[in-house]
Amino acid sequence: MSAAPTQDAPGASTAATGSVTARRLLELRAEGRAGLVAYLPVGFPTVERSIEAALAVVESGVDVLELGVPYTDPVMDGPVIQAAAQAALDGGVRVADVFRVVAAVTERTGGRVPVLVMTYWNPVLRYGVDAFARDLAAAGGAGLITPDLIPDEGRAWLDASEEHGLDRVFLVAPSSTPERLALTVRASRGFVYAASTMGVTGVREEVGPQAARLVADTRAAGADLVCVGLGVSTGRQASEVGRYADGVIVGSAFVRPMLADAPWDERLAAVRAVGAELAAGVRSARSGAEQTTDAPTTPGEVDA
Amino acid sequence: MPDLTSSTTPGGAEHSVRADLTRSLATQEGPYFGEFGGRYVPEALVAALDELETEYRKALDDPAFVGELARLQREYTGRPSPLTEVPRFAEHAGGSRVFLKREDLNHTGSHKINNVLGQALLVKRMGKTRVIAETGAGQHGVATATAAALLDLECVVYMGEEDTRRQALNVARMRLLGAEVVPVTIGQRTLKDAINEALRDWVANVETTHYLLGTVTGPHPFPEMVREFHRVIGEEARTQILDRIGRLPDALAACVGGGSNALGLFNAFLDDEGVELYGFEAGGEGIETGRHAARFSGGAPGVLHGARSYLLQDDDGQTLPSHSVSAGLDYPSVGPAHSWLHDLGRATYQPVTDAEAMEAFRLLCRTEGIIPAIESAHALAGALRVGRAAAEAGRTDHVILVNLSGRGDKDVATAARWFDLVDDEAIAETATGTEGQL
Repeated sequence: MSAAPTQDAPGASTAATGSVTARRLLELRAEGRAGLVAYLPVGFPTVERSIEAALAVVESGVDVLELGVPYTDPVMDGPVIQAAAQAALDGGVRVADVFRVVAAVTERTGGRVPVLVMTYWNPVLRYGVDAFARDLAAAGGAGLITPDLIPDEGRAWLDASEEHGLDRVFLVAPSSTPERLALTVRASRGFVYAASTMGVTGVREEVGPQAARLVADTRAAGADLVCVGLGVSTGRQASEVGRYADGVIVGSAFVRPMLADAPWDERLAAVRAVGAELAAGVRSARSGAEQTTDAPTTPGEVDA
Repeated sequence: MPDLTSSTTPGGAEHSVRADLTRSLATQEGPYFGEFGGRYVPEALVAALDELETEYRKALDDPAFVGELARLQREYTGRPSPLTEVPRFAEHAGGSRVFLKREDLNHTGSHKINNVLGQALLVKRMGKTRVIAETGAGQHGVATATAAALLDLECVVYMGEEDTRRQALNVARMRLLGAEVVPVTIGQRTLKDAINEALRDWVANVETTHYLLGTVTGPHPFPEMVREFHRVIGEEARTQILDRIGRLPDALAACVGGGSNALGLFNAFLDDEGVELYGFEAGGEGIETGRHAARFSGGAPGVLHGARSYLLQDDDGQTLPSHSVSAGLDYPSVGPAHSWLHDLGRATYQPVTDAEAMEAFRLLCRTEGIIPAIESAHALAGALRVGRAAAEAGRTDHVILVNLSGRGDKDVATAARWFDLVDDEAIAETATGTEGQL
């Protein structure tokens, strides 16, 4: 584990920048474990139920939420998240609904769970970069994860996120050069999102060794906090990744049971079970204990 | 705030680099054309885009590469393509003389082969072994499958499921050439979704795979690079028209889907202020119906598939479906260089409806014995409009040069149905449908 961040550490370190996400991840580091970050699409299956799903995963042990803005052309997403996003769009979800969901989730979790928004860039451009940042901050959101925005194109977002005190989570990939890692780390705030593999979101059998290598390289490029996403779906994988990353990001594994043809209560229960397994995984990562599928020992509390 | 991007790394300095207005318009380099273009892509692709840009610039300075491409253009494609004057067609153009740049006579039947051969040679230089491509209806897919066969590359073409069904013959053409055709069953099952799927493939396989993008859209360096491989169209045409009439034409006309044939023609004339440039977009069933692909009439700047450009989008920035009788023009965005030329006022973009295009299609068939691609028929319809406007303005000795970007064999079934030339059952048996170029 790397040392605690220094005040003058660049970008993704944080404490100095007042990032709530970074603060939470550092608390968890002090507890000796990685954070569990859950992705859920806003408006799927409905706006109200996406709030319920978010609260459910927090109850099951998720530490940080990543709420996705449904978009017509999600090139970094695999079939599961594509299907949910399309269903949300077909259901009439609007970009502004994301602020309502963020506000509801933030309020009902007592502001204890950082709520990030994952969005492709065009909806933000269309809304207005500064207006989006302003409204996200007003809703209590922590910041943005931007899968198709590289810092090179991010001038307006860099300015708006400074202005409104929001996290900027940019991605790094196994193909990133040392120069690109350094550039991205400098531009990031909150944490850096390390894509475990070359590919899109989805469930995979294995998280390869390149993920650990990328995390090490990203730290070497100056990042303090690095979370790993893409392809993590089981408690065993979460445990493995939690050994070397500050956070384990899971999307498709949460969304898949939500797509099932079953009553909503059953789907929610299945989502909770996924959260519990993953939460146990991140909690066992550095303890040397065998990963279990039992409920987490410190479940989140929700004012609901 | 700290200047987080004032970096000395290759990617970091690009913020301040917008279009260089001291350059001629024709030699503008990416990533930006005015405020358009850029690289709105996942970080995972940046290394490949950097490599592509480096290799492409090196290749253009390498006599061996330039020579090999020129040889293929001459001996394989059949370049230079002829310039044909069409006087009987021009009788309907208000007295203007009309010349056609005959890209329809290229191998594979359209201008697409120019870009495909250039990129396929680059793929060999980069040591990659697999190419992927999108196709709306077949022409770019067929051209890519052709080059892949010629240069011994594995080839996968993504195509909307709807199109694979309606255009079974082009699917068969690609398969005959050894390509794998993957029907795309997600989203709107259109060209846009085929590009999404190709991008997903590319992210996962970028080490071995080149995305052979078919037009002047996408992230840098594609818009600039694809223009470079097509600028031969305008360079030949400029020489040919000077040779034929001793002066430059008054106007150019081209159809604009992504915009590669238009930019290929326009580029050699961009710095000739006296030459008016007209791009014709798909007006579909009419702008007022919402069923069109007229980005400059019904769109606004936005980001899709890696570039900022004019885009058909709703108030939330969601991409709107486009519509055209011509699949090659049926795309919700447009190459960033066209958005730049539009905003500069250097080129004029107008919609041409399905009905206008089909009327021009029939006119060229009947008056000149040339069956154009329906895409190109949009340029023909536009040329008729430009010619008539010139006559109304009292201009004489007016000359219009039209890019006939593709031939219409692929469109015979669509045209037959449009003009009610065959009964529906016979059409159904041909197992073909609307086909396009993009």
